Amino acid sequence: MRKYVLKRILMMLLLLLGMTFIVFSSLYIAPGDPAQMVAGPSASEEDIERIRVALGLDKSFIVQYLSYLKNLLSLDLGTSYTSRQPIMDEILVRLPFTINLACASMLLSVVVGIPLGILSALKKDKLADNIITTGALVGISIPNFLFGVLLMYVFAVKLQILPSGGMTHYFWTPTGFKQAILPAIALASNSIATFIRIGRSSMLDVLQSDYIRTAKSKGLKQRVIVFIHALRNALIPILTQLGTTFGSLLGGAMITEKVFVINGIGTYMIDGITKYNYPVVQSTVLFVAAMFIIINLIVDLVYCVVDPRIRYE
Amino acid sequence: MENVKRKNPFITAFRKLTQNKLATVCFFILLIEIILVVFAPVFTDYGYEEQDPTIRLRPGFWAGTDDPDPKEQYVEGHWLGTDDFGRDVWSRLLYGGRVSLMVGFVSTAMGLVIGVICGLLAGFYKKLDNIIMRIMDILFTFPGTLLAMLIIAMLGNSTFNAMLAISIWSIPSFARMVRGKVLQIKEEDYIMATRSLGAKDTRIIFIHILKNCLPTIIVIATMRMATSIISISTLSYLGLGITPPMPEWGGMISAGKAFMWQRPSLIFIPGIAVMITVICFNILGDKLRDILDPSLRD
Repeated sequence: MRKYVLKRILMMLLLLLGMTFIVFSSLYIAPGDPAQMVAGPSASEEDIERIRVALGLDKSFIVQYLSYLKNLLSLDLGTSYTSRQPIMDEILVRLPFTINLACASMLLSVVVGIPLGILSALKKDKLADNIITTGALVGISIPNFLFGVLLMYVFAVKLQILPSGGMTHYFWTPTGFKQAILPAIALASNSIATFIRIGRSSMLDVLQSDYIRTAKSKGLKQRVIVFIHALRNALIPILTQLGTTFGSLLGGAMITEKVFVINGIGTYMIDGITKYNYPVVQSTVLFVAAMFIIINLIVDLVYCVVDPRIRYE
Repeated sequence: MENVKRKNPFITAFRKLTQNKLATVCFFILLIEIILVVFAPVFTDYGYEEQDPTIRLRPGFWAGTDDPDPKEQYVEGHWLGTDDFGRDVWSRLLYGGRVSLMVGFVSTAMGLVIGVICGLLAGFYKKLDNIIMRIMDILFTFPGTLLAMLIIAMLGNSTFNAMLAISIWSIPSFARMVRGKVLQIKEEDYIMATRSLGAKDTRIIFIHILKNCLPTIIVIATMRMATSIISISTLSYLGLGITPPMPEWGGMISAGKAFMWQRPSLIFIPGIAVMITVICFNILGDKLRDILDPSLRD
């Protein structure tokens, strides 16, 4: 067990290193001269040259990469071209909104998706199952931004019962709840559908197994069989999906933020792209990817605690 | 032996597919859609850039020509209405669909070629397996849209870069599935038989193994088409990838959002187009999977 955990952590560090390399070299090959960007459009040749030396941009690729890694270790992500502020600070201000949205969607996906998936397995081939699986198909097929715009049209423009955008409070406060509900539904549509599909197929699998047949032949009630015997095993595949889902929710949150004008990491990054603010783009990508990797690691470790049958290779 | 007729497995699969009503409907919807966008100039009288400032934001056929408010009147010839520049929505929908479907197709194809080669090599050669699959892990770990945005940010806005960004995201899905399949097939007796007949590795990989991976590849490609179309419309909604005035469904929705109060059809029409296309590809993918490779079922 300990060996497995160590191996996984080592793998994670390697993955992170690989990612920093991709992200760093992508900036290195990007068009435009960073020294020129920092100096501004009206700077003289000498100024630009001075900044180039000061930033270490005259050094070789490897030297620059190593110093970039060194800065990363001290959590220094560099400075934004446009605001001249440390990027780490700007990310930390915006991070809570992104996480708030991702968590609200995660909660929604779990609370809605898993029960619906199990229900449709229990009612296999009946009307309820058909409705739920069709709904899941639509959920997987609708792009987040489109669902967001449609929800906004119905609830903010037509019915005018919910705000059309913005986020200032956490979702568990009354104001925050109203602000988060539309973006959270829009963002969660894909993951709800995923949970329905996985929940359904894993419940169906479990219901066909021998020990359930034994329980049935013992004369146990359907309710007891489903909730006490089957559910625990049916939940395992869903649990492994949680990490990936949270990661894709984080990624998706960045787009939903743009639709609902929420000042989170996604809006920060997309503005960075449109303003050629490369360090911002680089740092936000790296930041979200790192979060994604770490969450996945935690989920994997929790998974082997919950399901001792897993082999630690 | 002479009586045994060799059946083409793909024709058999297609026959089975047409036995399913839903899949047949989806197949024909997509076929009609492809004909419409490929021959777009035949089906519309207006260019996608053609502006007419006198008829901005007009409704389509659902409005009457005799509405008391002249701005609410339907203009003959523009059956889906016009946008904020007075451009015909139907033409933009067709030309926009061209971009969506083309990007979807090309990026899936690029991802397929690279992904399948990586998967074949990783599955066949143990030495390459670790390296290739770790690279795939890194690609897989990046949330897809994020990776696409990073690539576009670095390479700049263009349709080709958007295709490239989306195709890179498809590579690991193909590579993983194909590798798994190769590991299975490699152990089969007929591969051993071919090898003992003196076949070279390249022949075994690209003729014998690849042929048996095809069903899996077709299923994944169909599903990736759906994902790629979602990706390109998302990117162009964010203003990345496709540059105006070139229309794209996502970009049309983004532009229409500003006029949601006045003319909601500007978001509904491209929105419905995206949804129908993606749903059809997904259903088709599901059914193809059931027919060609049920083992892929989650």
